[in-house]
Amino acid sequence: MKEAKQMSVSAIQNGTVIDHVPASNLFKVIQILGLDRIDNQITFGTNLESKKLGRKAIIKISGVFFEDEDINRIALVAPDAKLNIIKDYEVVEKKVVEVPDNIVGIARCMNPKCITNFESVTTRFKVVSKKNVSLKCHYCEKITTQENMQII
Amino acid sequence: MKNRSLVSIDDFSTEEILRILDLTEEFEKEPTQKLLEGKVIATLFFEPSTRTRLSFESAISRLGGKIVGFSDAANSSVSKGETLNDTILTVNNYCDLIVMRHPIEGSARYASEIASVPVINAGDGANQHPTQTLLDLYSIRKTQGRLDNLNIFMVGDLKYGRTVHSLMMAMSRWNTTFNFISPEELKMPDEFKLYLDNLGLKYYEHNDFTDIISKADIIYMTRVQKERFSDPIEYEKVKNVYVLRNSMLKNTKPNMRILHPLPRVNEIHKDVDNNPKAYYFEQALNGVYTRQAIICSLLGIK
Repeated sequence: MKEAKQMSVSAIQNGTVIDHVPASNLFKVIQILGLDRIDNQITFGTNLESKKLGRKAIIKISGVFFEDEDINRIALVAPDAKLNIIKDYEVVEKKVVEVPDNIVGIARCMNPKCITNFESVTTRFKVVSKKNVSLKCHYCEKITTQENMQII
Repeated sequence: MKNRSLVSIDDFSTEEILRILDLTEEFEKEPTQKLLEGKVIATLFFEPSTRTRLSFESAISRLGGKIVGFSDAANSSVSKGETLNDTILTVNNYCDLIVMRHPIEGSARYASEIASVPVINAGDGANQHPTQTLLDLYSIRKTQGRLDNLNIFMVGDLKYGRTVHSLMMAMSRWNTTFNFISPEELKMPDEFKLYLDNLGLKYYEHNDFTDIISKADIIYMTRVQKERFSDPIEYEKVKNVYVLRNSMLKNTKPNMRILHPLPRVNEIHKDVDNNPKAYYFEQALNGVYTRQAIICSLLGIK
């Protein structure tokens, strides 16, 4: 019997590991952080077993360190995400994401009569509830709830 | 308040609202002044609203200002496919202030962020119509002598009625007790009741108001529109319940006044018009003074 070749997602020397991303939202996280538009080495695994999430994804980005403000942008799609900051193969810092007070340009307003759905306006919301996330549109003042949230 | 826009009633603090009301009082005493001489004001009505437009244009004309604009999007570059962004960037070169009515919600906020001149929201879809709210507040204060601790009855379409939502939010600053009277299908939405709950204000909901009308300081009537009902039979059942008649006013308080944002259809019977408690036409007149006060505040003239 042949020995199964092990494909290792190797550890990174310097960079960021984003763990506990819901598998279904992996590509949204990639999009929100703009990982599809950078030249750094990125490896990711998805549909990995997770006791907490069922199926999770993990992303390892070499040579990139995020500002809190930037990383919190993924809170809408990966509220339980955990970050490990790696320097010289060691975890030097752990971070969790926090739902920010304001959301700019990530979600779509669910009101079909909102100006943001007619003209090219960057959406802006005030977060009115962080637990079961609900967003109040800066323009039409209507509430978009988590169940109705669409990521742009 | 110079160079600010008025998009939503929440843009103004309580002090600023009271300042506008005091200024409105001044304009009521002296509505014809040359304060806007040399000023050009654009009235952009992307959907027709004759009443609101005439009220603004009357307010501006009495102060000697000039008006440019359109009364219907069909008569403007919008019909050629121009974006709101481009319309505003163009028009704001021609005027000192923009008054805008638009069917799309949030359009006024967006315009105020693009324009270099102040923008007054004259209604953005079902969202806000703050000048109506301010003239309602003025009418309430004028007839009651105060804004605090009043009992306000809101009657009719409380679900879609933009004016009742804005007025309710604004009045919640003055410890108001609310009575909401509407058919089941057109009840005050939960988000607004939650807003009052959070402030600890009292409100009561009813399907009929004949028994409780004697408690009202203000009755704010709105139109129950047939097209709001999914079931036409439901409309037929309730259409006469929310009609105010003179005979119902017998036991009302002496200070009680009836307000209506107009246009009225049949929800206030014509026999109410001659009752001194009917205030809706004076309310419309107050709109002119209120708009004079708002325009002069935002231009830094007063």
